[in-house]
Amino acid sequence: MTYEVVIGLEIHAQLKTDTKIFCGCSTRFGAAPNSQTCPVCLGMPGVLPVVNKKAVEYAIKAGLSMNCDILMDNRFARKNYFYPDLPMGYQITQFDLPIAQKGYLDITLGNGSKKRIGITRIHMENDAGKSNHDPHRPISLVDLNRAGTPLIEIVSEPDMRSAEEAGAFMRQIHALVRYVGVCDGNMEEGSLRCDANVSLRRPGASQFGTRTEMKNLNSFRNIERAIVSEINRQADILDDGGAIVQETRLWNADEGKSVSMRSKEDAHDYRYFPDPDLLPIIIDEVWLARIKDSIPELPEAKKERYSSELGLSAEDAAVLTSSIELARYFERCLAMINKPKLVANWVMVSLLALINAQNISIDDAPVSPESLAELLALVDTDVISGTMAKTVFEDMAKSGKSPKLIVEEKGLAQVSDTSEIEAIVDRILNENPSEVDAFKGGKTKLMGFFVGQIMRATQGKANPAVVNQLLADKLK
Amino acid sequence: MTLYNLSIHDAAERLRKKEISSRELTLSVLERIAKTDTKVKAYITLNEDQALAQADQADQAISKGIARPLTGIPLSIKDLICTQGLLTTCASKILENFVPTYDATVIEKLKAQGAVILGKVNMDEFAMGSTTEHSGFKITANPWNLDHTPGGSSGGSAASVAADMCLGSLGSDTGGSIRQPASHCSVVGLKPTYGRVSRYGLVAFASSLDQIGPLTKNVKDCALMMNAIAGYDPKDSTSVNECVPDFTATLTQSIKGKKIGIPREYFSTEGIDPDVKNSIDQALDTLKSLGAQCVDISLPHTPYAVAAYYVIAPSEASSNLARFDGVKYGIRDMEQTELVDMYKKSRSRGFGLEVQRRIIIGTYALSSGYYDAYYKKASQVRTLIIRDFKAAFESCDILISPVSPSPASIIGQHSEDPLKMYLSDIFTISANMAGIPGLSVPCGFNQMGLPVGLHLMGRHFDEATLLNVAHCFESATDFHTKRPSL
Repeated sequence: MTYEVVIGLEIHAQLKTDTKIFCGCSTRFGAAPNSQTCPVCLGMPGVLPVVNKKAVEYAIKAGLSMNCDILMDNRFARKNYFYPDLPMGYQITQFDLPIAQKGYLDITLGNGSKKRIGITRIHMENDAGKSNHDPHRPISLVDLNRAGTPLIEIVSEPDMRSAEEAGAFMRQIHALVRYVGVCDGNMEEGSLRCDANVSLRRPGASQFGTRTEMKNLNSFRNIERAIVSEINRQADILDDGGAIVQETRLWNADEGKSVSMRSKEDAHDYRYFPDPDLLPIIIDEVWLARIKDSIPELPEAKKERYSSELGLSAEDAAVLTSSIELARYFERCLAMINKPKLVANWVMVSLLALINAQNISIDDAPVSPESLAELLALVDTDVISGTMAKTVFEDMAKSGKSPKLIVEEKGLAQVSDTSEIEAIVDRILNENPSEVDAFKGGKTKLMGFFVGQIMRATQGKANPAVVNQLLADKLK
Repeated sequence: MTLYNLSIHDAAERLRKKEISSRELTLSVLERIAKTDTKVKAYITLNEDQALAQADQADQAISKGIARPLTGIPLSIKDLICTQGLLTTCASKILENFVPTYDATVIEKLKAQGAVILGKVNMDEFAMGSTTEHSGFKITANPWNLDHTPGGSSGGSAASVAADMCLGSLGSDTGGSIRQPASHCSVVGLKPTYGRVSRYGLVAFASSLDQIGPLTKNVKDCALMMNAIAGYDPKDSTSVNECVPDFTATLTQSIKGKKIGIPREYFSTEGIDPDVKNSIDQALDTLKSLGAQCVDISLPHTPYAVAAYYVIAPSEASSNLARFDGVKYGIRDMEQTELVDMYKKSRSRGFGLEVQRRIIIGTYALSSGYYDAYYKKASQVRTLIIRDFKAAFESCDILISPVSPSPASIIGQHSEDPLKMYLSDIFTISANMAGIPGLSVPCGFNQMGLPVGLHLMGRHFDEATLLNVAHCFESATDFHTKRPSL
């Protein structure tokens, strides 16, 4: 039987502030357990939270980048539940008055079509600590370094209809939070994590089917795999005439399947109420305007501009804007040599190949955008050929030397002097009389043979255009 | 010469003149405690060594001529205000071993003044109660009659001041917990405006109602302590950046023409003890004789205040007390192997019955499906109470009522009837709900010799007027000069 798939995502993004959301402790990842704590984030008796203004600013930035309405008067609420890594016995979050709501994102699908996905709300909250359960002894150790790290939770509308759409939405969120600089997007370290609500229904049905919530989706690939797996699981149950149980499921990436974590009956009553220790957050127009001004050009607008102003294809524009680092690299390079297609090709092919091979980030690329621009200028002014440039680029990546220096040291400069090349052309033609006869007899494919011989004789430095022209003249 | 019975401003004067040293004063009070506290049982923890060290430091400061108003003054502290390195139990078994690594902001301020911290005094567990009988450790007696309670929850503070076992004390007030014991022990007690004094380091009962304030032997001392502790604190988001006047500056101003509002709903309350009523009537006559005018005013939503309070306060408490789970500090039931069992046993063992009762009430009131009917409705009532006071203060400067419908109860009398205990908070609760300041000043004794207090409430951040009126009243009467015989 065929079903319509309904997917909504809940995405937690860790805000990359230097300090925690309600105290001055560092948010650095990977420090010794409980070394980044103070009475406030430890939930000691009598201490009080004070809101980190930077975290609020970042949440607003995220909201604006996702086309949300910002609530000028929003507030924190307490979500009450007991767990050892939740030191106060409640999480400080937002409930009825979140900082941002009613937004949307436009995603582009594989076939090039676009779709708008609604964003219900974005709210701020503090993260919990980490429980480490000892597998050999009946004890658990609690590390509260993460407790109090600022998070935003982005809740989408149930607008996605396939795993592909969910993956595209998550990629878009990932790109955006990095564009506006509020989250490092590191999914492995958990800076960006996602839960997926999945349900199926008969096509045309007006009511949603019973949904399940899938947790522990820590990569784009796992989001899509887990959703596909859940769609199949639910479809099998429905095909057999069964009913879906509302539950939370845990995705196991190693085994490629999910297991039930808890059913609806086990759900907590969180007893939300306004946090009396914190005043409502009042955002004034001046502050909001200043934050708006600080938001950079976002991927959709950039993509549009790359196509319309720079004349790049939609595919190339999409690749170049997929991350802010790549777009920034491209634009810095372009600022020095205004040849959009040439720069785009080199960035997408040579640069991406290089950083993929070395498994590094673009910001750590061994060839700076300025050096690449210098190299491309050499190509553009016929100092070296495109083929030669690839060799130079590899050398630049290894040695860190400037392209000019490499060309000079290795004597790679292209020979465009017609008389110099002509002498070599004549020599090659003289040395290969039978091939010349064959060519003149109609075997025009031999043109490649002559070019190859001449290039070998000049160690590749001869300007191919000049060579071609001379050969054409002489073989007439 | 006995020193322990000095007031703060008397002692400060003599310290400045070097007639006495802080060490002598502190030793005198410690001796008094040693002799008297076996009967009163106000102190949970004594801080003798530290106190004497602080006294010596104070004496050095005085000799250098850098004394401040509270330098060298021995004070007691309610045991839910965190003191670095000094046991802070909240009178609860669950925190019987808790030593904070930090000082509350008010303690930092007292230490900055060079005050001497004598120790930590008893209270109803987590400030939940109005008799100090709900302490997890001991029952404090009323110094005026040892068979009676000192009131509560700051009963240890009030009793230690009344019995001369300190020169002043810090308490906290969520629904009357400073004013009512002050009234029952014949001392002065002030609950400041919400936001006037930092709550940082005050173990929270009900965060939107709690406020720290002084209990002292007279009004001037109260003003001196307010000068020391009031002010905005960036560590408390609910503290207010409002300018703090010198509260001693306006104490002696004439109150001629001051308009005193008499809330008719309070005086028509059933169950006001005749002796209490009589004392309040006489106090009003005294104020009139000082030139004040009485005006009849109405606080129409008074009948709903207690009910709304007993939804909001337990709701906040149920959440505030969640951190006492046996995981990080305090006691833990070590016999349990399952997490949930550990929580249950630790909390059942650690919390007393009154605290458990309020956690259960608050948990219920916040539960899904009940929130709108209880917490939300109570918050709406609160808004109406705030409006009542706003309207009232358009036609008067302060409001007057009894602090409590009756004098201190006999120990054991209220234990079986929580509802009666809750209802006795009727006159004090509204000030917490509205966030306005309230003060209790001694105004008489009943036929058994138990003290009665007069309750003054004022506009937001207008503690100065309360202290001014209370000081004029005190100057015209001699109730504050009487001391219990122990």
